[in-house]
Amino acid sequence: MRPAVSEAAARCGSGAEGSAAPAVETVRLMRRFGPLTAVDDLNLLVPAGAIFGLLGPNGAGKSTTIKMLTTLLAPTSGSARVLGFDVARQSVEVRWRIGYIPQLLSADGSLTGYENLLVFAKLYDIRRAERARRIQEALDFMGLADAADTLVRRYSGGMIRRLEIAQSMLHRPAVLFLDEPTVGLDPVARHTVWTHLRDLRRQFGATILMTTHDMEEADQLCEVVAIMHRGRVVALGSPADLKVTLGGGATLDDVFVHYTGTAFEEGARYQDVARDRRTARRLG
Amino acid sequence: MFVFLRQTLAVAEAEVRKLRHDPMELLTRAIQPLLWLVVFGRVFGRLREIPTGQLSYLDFMAPGILAQSVLFIAIFYGISVIWERDLGILHKFLVSPASRVALVSGKALSAGVRAMSQAMIIYAVAALMKIHLRLSVGAVLGVLASIALGAAIFSTFSLAVACVVKTRERFMGIGQVLTMPLFFASNAIYPLAMMPAWLRGLAAANPLTYQVDALRELMIDGGRSLFGLPLDFAVDAIVLVALIGLGARLYPKIIT
Repeated sequence: MRPAVSEAAARCGSGAEGSAAPAVETVRLMRRFGPLTAVDDLNLLVPAGAIFGLLGPNGAGKSTTIKMLTTLLAPTSGSARVLGFDVARQSVEVRWRIGYIPQLLSADGSLTGYENLLVFAKLYDIRRAERARRIQEALDFMGLADAADTLVRRYSGGMIRRLEIAQSMLHRPAVLFLDEPTVGLDPVARHTVWTHLRDLRRQFGATILMTTHDMEEADQLCEVVAIMHRGRVVALGSPADLKVTLGGGATLDDVFVHYTGTAFEEGARYQDVARDRRTARRLG
Repeated sequence: MFVFLRQTLAVAEAEVRKLRHDPMELLTRAIQPLLWLVVFGRVFGRLREIPTGQLSYLDFMAPGILAQSVLFIAIFYGISVIWERDLGILHKFLVSPASRVALVSGKALSAGVRAMSQAMIIYAVAALMKIHLRLSVGAVLGVLASIALGAAIFSTFSLAVACVVKTRERFMGIGQVLTMPLFFASNAIYPLAMMPAWLRGLAAANPLTYQVDALRELMIDGGRSLFGLPLDFAVDAIVLVALIGLGARLYPKIIT
């Protein structure tokens, strides 16, 4: 099992060791799938406490990057560190300290909201007394207290997303990874999710790394964005700076198109499109 | 170690809570084994050609049908794993600090609990059919342990297959191909002594055979285990440990 020291560090929340190291740092990170290079020579630095957006068209390598950073996928070469821990060699250390909300629907529809939270509180080994308190707090915070004992399959898309965020914050992760957090949500639900993410950061000081191809979302939420194209970062900066660089009242949409060109169409694979639509249908 | 156990129990608890929300599923699962007992058992029981020792054919086959019903449920367990993968639920479990062994063991444990409910239904019908059941506490506990072990084995096997094939369509095909050979290459509905040598060889390598052998002694008044209970349980326990090791290795691959 893992050493007692790291257990204590993970339990006390944001992790003292995290303050020195950047939240995420990758060096020449690469991932291949057969002949396809999904992530190519990626160098990324996410400072602690930031809300960082990974932008790019479908197939740009955003989800693959997130999967490597969350230890789901091993890098082909290069390295990635989260809070100073190597994702390949110290994956368990990383897992104790991060939260993850996949693009797909990840709350279990055949359990209630409360049960979804309970199971994850137990997986993260939060002790009984603390567990009850944190679950109640999470339900209140996300406005789900009234729906706690309802089966999640009866939830709306926005409620499910809020539950997933609540689930991912139970163990007070120092870094939260979100893959397309608002895809398929209606405008009201999207804004609610954004508000909750900002509140989370304020309350717990978590670093947030999210992927999106929604420019409004990036503009509203992210302090720094990296635009990815064909597995590489092609632009990096605050949304405002990127717009200024292009000049002439450019929007973030313009910036996106400028750096990724026609990739909107060529990058998307059938599988990605199918997944987006499926997620959208479930949430909508 | 205690963290490992708590995480295993958390995974199992999730599954058991799901069952509580939808208990109908368990009832529908019981229909098939009942048909085997009531129709197949009755008809073949009249044959009196099958050498079942001092047991009647119905007494002989009842443990086999119980084991079979556990097998049939457990072998399709992988479908729910693929379903969870397609939804995205599995991703979050894999990002949690729980070890892969704990995740797989939790699933196996929940399959065991699920299978025990089958036993209750089959016992009720068997009693109505005047099958000679052993009803001592020790015997019943033994039966439950044997069922849980069998369910854990075949559900973990199923999970490992699911991690390799990854889609429901392919899994359904393979599941169908696996169940009948596992069932027929065992002592569930006919004794080993009746089998041609090649089939007896296969049956000896089939964990279901050892489960049925144990059940025959534990469940039926006058039933005898051929290999002895310690060997029956030891073989299946070793198989389970090996399969959990394999499942834990394959589990992370399901999402790639």
